Amino acid sequence: MSIWKKSLAVVLSGVLAFSLSACSSQDAAGGDASSGKVIKVAYRKFGSGNKGLENWLKSSAAEFEKAHPGVKVKLVPIQASEADFFAKMALTMKSPATAPEVVTEDTFMISSDAAAGYLEPLDRYVSGWDEWNQFFEPVQRGMKAEDGKIYGVPYSTDTRGLYYNTNIFKKAGLPVPWQPKTWEDVLAAARAIKQKVPGVTPFWANVGKATGEATTMQTFEMLLYGTKDRLYENGKWVVKSPGFLDSLKFIDQIFKSGLGPELSQVLTGQAGDIVANQMMPQEKVGIVLNGNWVPAAWKETGPAPWKEGTKVYQFAPMPTQHGEAPGHTSMSGGWALSIGAKSKEKDLGMEFIKIATNKEHQKQYSLTQGDLTPRKDVAEDPEYMNAPGTVFKQATSFLEFTHYRPGNSQYPSVSTQIQAAVEAVAIGTLTPEKAMDQFAQNVKRMVGADKTVEK
Amino acid sequence: METAKIGEAPLAGRKRTSSQTRDHLRAVLFLLPAWVLLLVFFFGPILLTFYFAFTNMSLTGEASQQLEFVGMANFSAIFSDPNFMTSIVNTLVFLVFSALIGQQALGLILALLMNNRSRTFRRMIGALVLTGWVTPEIVVAFIFFAFFSDSGTLNTLLGTVGMEPVKWLYEYPMTSVVIANIWHGTAFSMLVYQAALGGVPKEVEEAAMIDGASAWQRLWRITLPMIKGSVVTNMVLISLQTLGLFTLIFALTGGGPGVQTETLPVFMYHQAFVSFQLGYGTAISLILLLIGMIVSMVYIRLLKVKI
Repeated sequence: MSIWKKSLAVVLSGVLAFSLSACSSQDAAGGDASSGKVIKVAYRKFGSGNKGLENWLKSSAAEFEKAHPGVKVKLVPIQASEADFFAKMALTMKSPATAPEVVTEDTFMISSDAAAGYLEPLDRYVSGWDEWNQFFEPVQRGMKAEDGKIYGVPYSTDTRGLYYNTNIFKKAGLPVPWQPKTWEDVLAAARAIKQKVPGVTPFWANVGKATGEATTMQTFEMLLYGTKDRLYENGKWVVKSPGFLDSLKFIDQIFKSGLGPELSQVLTGQAGDIVANQMMPQEKVGIVLNGNWVPAAWKETGPAPWKEGTKVYQFAPMPTQHGEAPGHTSMSGGWALSIGAKSKEKDLGMEFIKIATNKEHQKQYSLTQGDLTPRKDVAEDPEYMNAPGTVFKQATSFLEFTHYRPGNSQYPSVSTQIQAAVEAVAIGTLTPEKAMDQFAQNVKRMVGADKTVEK
Repeated sequence: METAKIGEAPLAGRKRTSSQTRDHLRAVLFLLPAWVLLLVFFFGPILLTFYFAFTNMSLTGEASQQLEFVGMANFSAIFSDPNFMTSIVNTLVFLVFSALIGQQALGLILALLMNNRSRTFRRMIGALVLTGWVTPEIVVAFIFFAFFSDSGTLNTLLGTVGMEPVKWLYEYPMTSVVIANIWHGTAFSMLVYQAALGGVPKEVEEAAMIDGASAWQRLWRITLPMIKGSVVTNMVLISLQTLGLFTLIFALTGGGPGVQTETLPVFMYHQAFVSFQLGYGTAISLILLLIGMIVSMVYIRLLKVKI
């Protein structure tokens, strides 16, 4: 009897140990390489927002598999809110067992992930690639990390501005087309809406930590880069400045005077979906500070089809604080395809990237996902420029006065501190002054006090 | 086994020792797999945690390639981080209200009420309370999100009696997570106390009753002192569990709005995986470990129980 028990224990612990080691060896095999090679393409999947991206990758994969018989493309969707995506991606790229050949990188992560050794420099690939000079020069520059090497091939870029509802504006007695000259104009319009059009959210902007980089870029930096101050200057982080404080004060004013959205709508990770798929189609919001991709949700194939969308909501440039030259401001970023430094089939990965970023696939992507194209030949294409239900024309004109984020490897960490400050001000737990103090303190800890400056 | 030993007992000393060493060897052999697993998957990570807490480890950027030893820098930064103090206070509030007052007291009351009742009654109430316990944390979070959200069950109920809807998760976020955790965890305390009360001999209580002790006196003077051991064990267990609770809060409020429900584990997650500061996050986890140890020691000292 006891011998039985003992041998059973031995067998069980053996099985346990074996199954543990079996797990890890299976991971190392990296998917189902039944025949030939497999390249993995990892991207972010969320809510209803990026079907265009998924379809683009699928059709690119189909073309790639046709051109490379015996090689399979495995799409690896990473389900995560914007705030969690980058950590998941970093963990995937850390190990050779899981590192995907091709990854979608938000351009603000390029410097940081390159410095971490997650990304492969692409210089040797793009130097002999005749299509590389088809990409706009400022977008190309954004592909470079601090070491001067290129780490991605862009597939989208963007600008940001103010969507305003023409019907609501007329009801509120506001001019259409609307051309705000200062922040005060924006606030005044929001106040007029609150007063004259009840049941409508006057002003909407991302202010939550859950919306991650969208809060930093679409909201905070759209304000900050309309002041005289910047976030990063001469190799130092500007942790305190009048412009920083005024930007937080703007957010404070919006929420204190009841001009902003319900916190339960805007603090969740789905805030972007809620405003684009529900509030805007239902005409429940007057002004929306957001990016050029929003109308993609209203396409026939999108999550909230709405033909008149871009007639009802028009896209105006964001004014500078007091109307300082050049009068308007915008922020641009975008996404790129990069190659995982620890992946196995880098050459095949690059072949995939070349197919996915060719003219035909790029156009397909821009038209379905609603992102601006980084390619000159697509930008000149009349089918793209005059695409119905988009704001490509206005959005492209914002490129004249747009700004890019600091290409510094610490930026992603600093950005999360901005999000914390913005959320704290929006919900009213911190005054703008206190929030800036905390921001300064946290950034000094992260990057070192010697790399910061106060103005 | 037992019979074999008894049979061997009268044999000569030398033979016994050799069979003892053989037994020892065998025991070691059988324990070996468990020890190896513990070393690799338990002690290894703990040692690594100690090490990483003193480095600038990061999830991305230069620091993720070049690990540098930064001494006490993480800890001195933690203690000057205003959000750390907020999260300590949040953790303690959460601990006191959801674990000590909520689960502990409610569990004891339920167990007392169910004591000496009919079997059907006990089974029905027990099953109801256990529903919360068997529901996985993430599901509990979804249930309570549906309950507390703007157009959720609670607001619909309030609406039927003509009351204005309340944004529970934004206006009373801490209360909401405390209630969710009480619902989830009370069954555990109830089970522990049921078992403990079952072990209190009826004679003692009856004797007290004959001596004229009131129900309250019997509870305070007889029952509670007799189950003191279980009280402490339960306190330690649910305190440690509550201190480390992550999923429920993270899924229900994400630590927000702002930092209003950011307890230490959520704070640690945000620092390590959202702000990419792995070293800093690891240092926070060490402090969490320390707090857990201190809290347990305090209970044991206060109630003077040997475990």
